Amino acid sequence: MGEAIAFYFIAACILGFAVLVVSTKDTVHSVLFLVLDFLFVAALYVLLGAQFVAAIQILVYAGGIVVLYLFVVMLVNLKRPPEANSDPHRKTQWGFALAVAVLVELVVVTTYSYVRPIQPLAAAAATAMPVTGNTEEVGWLLYTSYLIPFEIASMLLLVAMIGAIVLAKREL
Amino acid sequence: MIDGFVIPLLKILIVLNATLVAVTYMVLLERKVIAWAQSRLGPMRVGPYGILQPIADAVKLMIKEDITPVKADRWVFTAAPIISMVPALIVYAVIPFGPTVSLFGRQVNLFITDINVGLLYIVSVASVGVYGIILAGYASNSKYPLLASLRASAQLISYEVAVTLTLVSVILMAGSLSMVSIVRAQESAHVWYAFAQPLAFGIFFIGGLAETNRAPFDMPEAEQELTGGFHTEYSGMRFALFFLAEYANMIVVSSVATTLFLGGWLRPFPSVAALSFLDFIPAWTWFLIKSFVFLYIFIWVRATLPRYRYDQLMRLGWKVLIPLAIANLVVTGIVKVAFL
Repeated sequence: MGEAIAFYFIAACILGFAVLVVSTKDTVHSVLFLVLDFLFVAALYVLLGAQFVAAIQILVYAGGIVVLYLFVVMLVNLKRPPEANSDPHRKTQWGFALAVAVLVELVVVTTYSYVRPIQPLAAAAATAMPVTGNTEEVGWLLYTSYLIPFEIASMLLLVAMIGAIVLAKREL
Repeated sequence: MIDGFVIPLLKILIVLNATLVAVTYMVLLERKVIAWAQSRLGPMRVGPYGILQPIADAVKLMIKEDITPVKADRWVFTAAPIISMVPALIVYAVIPFGPTVSLFGRQVNLFITDINVGLLYIVSVASVGVYGIILAGYASNSKYPLLASLRASAQLISYEVAVTLTLVSVILMAGSLSMVSIVRAQESAHVWYAFAQPLAFGIFFIGGLAETNRAPFDMPEAEQELTGGFHTEYSGMRFALFFLAEYANMIVVSSVATTLFLGGWLRPFPSVAALSFLDFIPAWTWFLIKSFVFLYIFIWVRATLPRYRYDQLMRLGWKVLIPLAIANLVVTGIVKVAFL
């Protein structure tokens, strides 16, 4: 009961702040609502018993990435009024099309997973895990069952990093 | 009911109040120590040897006029001091001041909580604290605070990387993220991690100075260049909140350094039985003494060293501390796998 109340409260906050992120005029305020949104997502993770993911969510997203966003927004000064653009509605139909596509996708995925629920993978793996504790379990799964996806993800990040360096520094 | 609700609440109350009192007296201590370093007397008027000075300061700050600049971003301007104060205080939830003791026939933990991801919690909460500084500079709508806050955020992000990397090598040593387990691991390893990880300890201390914006890394508050810093436009209690947050952060860094590197609440040489007469001093006193040593060094450094130039500071962070921290981490990992 208490958990349900907490979930609906957090979910409502996440959705509310998400709407504020896209509807606020001031870009800095918009970024700040994004931070609040991330913090509530972290709260959702805590509610699910995933404290490690919650702490990482705050550390990486709320504390790291959005600080850089804020940096950029403050440096480039986006306080131009929206009227300065030639036609603010010129991309509206594309936006609607994308939104409808995402909505359809969500509905299909939700109904599919409701009709044919997947096997609880994590619970099955948990019985075989020789470690206890949130962080240890995440580490164990990453380096055993999910080793290849994990390595591929790190390769991807390495490529992105090298790409960023090459873009920023044409001649080394 | 009592164990689940009343005692945690009491502990939170005690820790918060003790922190705030400690913070106000840190300010007095700083003024005194710097005065002694410069052959002055420091505050002497309020109470004997100026011992009531913090109370006078608090009263002054509270009755001062609270000004919001006309062109300020009003909401953000109001929120910024709160955003920097709250993370500085909630970090104390996982700091272990002592082990479990029995008090009035009840087993009481001398920490508010011990979560499995304690160290990660501290790092992540501290990383949110930077918003207070950035937003204060931005919302003031004034040149110097904005410059100061850009400097502060760049500095914090840079040094956070080095500090977090040193924390990882401590985690490797202890095999746990929980603050209590890290102290226990030092007890069973018979060594304080300051001796097992001297490089990590040094980097952590330098990074701690930089992250709390203390001299010699107090660029965001360089008075001569920035007419004060990110809090130039703030007055009265809102200014005081920034001030309190800075000192509360200093206490946090000292407590974390004590826990990770100096064996937390353990007495010196916990495995030497000949020194067991030291046990008559309660464990939390050791914790406080060790933290106090750090706080004193913070002030001492400020009284001694000149300020870094900004580019030197960034170079030190990225080109010296981070590579050193990574090397230390790699060596720690190799040694741990090969020999332990």
